[in-house]
Amino acid sequence: MSSATLINLSYIVASVLFILGLKMLGRQATARRGNLVSAVGMLIAVVVTLLDKQVVNFTWIVTGLVIGTVAGVICARVVKMTSMPEMVALLNGFGGLASLLVGWAEYGKIRAFGWERYLAEFAGSPVFTGTVIFLAVLIGGVTFTGSVYAFAKLAGLVSGKPVLFRGQHLVNGLLLVLTAAGGGVAIFAGDPTWVLAGFTTYLVVSLVLGWTFVMPIGGGDMPVVISFLNSLSGLAACAAGFVITNNVLIVAGCLVGTSGVILSAIMCKAMNRSLTNVLFSGFGSGVVPGGAEAGGEGAIQGELKPISPEDTFAVLEAARQVVIIPGYGMAVSQAQHQVRELADLLEQNGAEVRFAIHPVAGRMPGHMNVLLAEASVPYEQLVEMDAINPMMPTMDVAIVIGANDVVNPAAARDKSSPIYGMPIINAHEARTVICLKRGKGTGFSGIENQLFLLPNTRMLYGDAKAALQGVVGEFKSIAAA
Amino acid sequence: MDLMLLFFIFVLAAFLGFELIAKVPSQLHTPLMSGSNAVSGITIVGALIAGGTADDSWLTTVLGTSAVILAMINVVGGYLVTDRMLGFFKKKDAGAVKKGGVK
Repeated sequence: MSSATLINLSYIVASVLFILGLKMLGRQATARRGNLVSAVGMLIAVVVTLLDKQVVNFTWIVTGLVIGTVAGVICARVVKMTSMPEMVALLNGFGGLASLLVGWAEYGKIRAFGWERYLAEFAGSPVFTGTVIFLAVLIGGVTFTGSVYAFAKLAGLVSGKPVLFRGQHLVNGLLLVLTAAGGGVAIFAGDPTWVLAGFTTYLVVSLVLGWTFVMPIGGGDMPVVISFLNSLSGLAACAAGFVITNNVLIVAGCLVGTSGVILSAIMCKAMNRSLTNVLFSGFGSGVVPGGAEAGGEGAIQGELKPISPEDTFAVLEAARQVVIIPGYGMAVSQAQHQVRELADLLEQNGAEVRFAIHPVAGRMPGHMNVLLAEASVPYEQLVEMDAINPMMPTMDVAIVIGANDVVNPAAARDKSSPIYGMPIINAHEARTVICLKRGKGTGFSGIENQLFLLPNTRMLYGDAKAALQGVVGEFKSIAAA
Repeated sequence: MDLMLLFFIFVLAAFLGFELIAKVPSQLHTPLMSGSNAVSGITIVGALIAGGTADDSWLTTVLGTSAVILAMINVVGGYLVTDRMLGFFKKKDAGAVKKGGVK
């Protein structure tokens, strides 16, 4: 059996393992094994590629493999569960940049040796290969800077607010035209100087484009953006696969590309918005399309009523049915362990405790599930939005921990609200609502939350972790006495 | 390899991707996203071929090696992070197993 046959057969095995792995990842019972199956596929793909007859320069690539592995292990070990969304964004950016570099390196080879020798190795034609190199660099570049910007927004290195300026869509459109022009010149010009000029243009502009693309998208929409960028990084790998006519790259890249789009669509549906609206509307900047100010007609008038940890304890001690609604604020202050401690104490006190999880709570889909799982909250206590809402009027206390838009009744009532139509957890129907909140500002969406103004709502200000420790402390001091 | 065949594979894989993800419970979305993110590190194969091909140009070597490093971080980091996340879910299934034992 020739090595080419062996490699291609192994690539088929790797592709099958990726498919099985993704399928198993979609079910609770098999998810972890699915991840392992997929990793084995990757290992096979990497090992057999080293046998490829074209690969002869081992010193540098082995160095690269070792450095990358060590860095990857460190990344995965040190990252806190609460920082998971930004970690995934960053890793995703690296993948995109790698695809860009592959496209660049292939362009470099063509420039150095000419088409004749290149096309003897890889199938294609100057126009085809030129086009897929263009796509690999463009998509890879957008993925890279877009992901890094999303990372910076989530990590708090830059403001999470959308950055808008006049003529933004025009600027982005012009950049896109410039990229396409660069691509056209690079593909069709023929003259090496022009090709280089075209290549450099689209290389640089694609990096700018990724940045300006994520700029007008608010921090609250980052889950959709990351999922979308994940999809793009798959497509970038796919384009790189077309450059070197490699089927495993095409299959795996395409799987990621389409699954990412589906995930983005599922998330948008949970917010009752379209993907276009998320990506291009500048949502959450306070500039509502249609001109209406947030909190216009139908807005609830009232004031914020603070509550102390002692009074919170008094309310909770008497409660029989408690529902906890976590949001991004819980992740930020890493309060998941305190939340579970409080839930345990409430249960010991005879109350029934449930956790209500909104599908888009946090900065990543299922973000809250991961954090609560880390804190060993039993699976049975987690209730999805559709299941909890009918029970809400029977709840004595709803504790909202750092969630905002997902409990804002304006989404159901106020037609002028930018989040109108988004399904919410009906926390306002509980007898008493206690909201843990860092300060008086609005959430990431930039919208005033009408829940906070209701007569049965009390605000427990401060860092969620510290505030919860206060309440837990009250419980313990009573138990000790 | 015949280009038409590659397109054929591409289209089929696209449909497969849609089918695979259609019905996944929302609590698994994060692991799924980070798991599929690791798969997108498949570009490592392209990086190895780009970086390992014999030519004496320093540019190709630098680009190829950097691509290998970055793609490898994506792959290794992606799989390990996903495994860590799913490890927490696992602990829950075990029920009575409390802290300790599992890192």
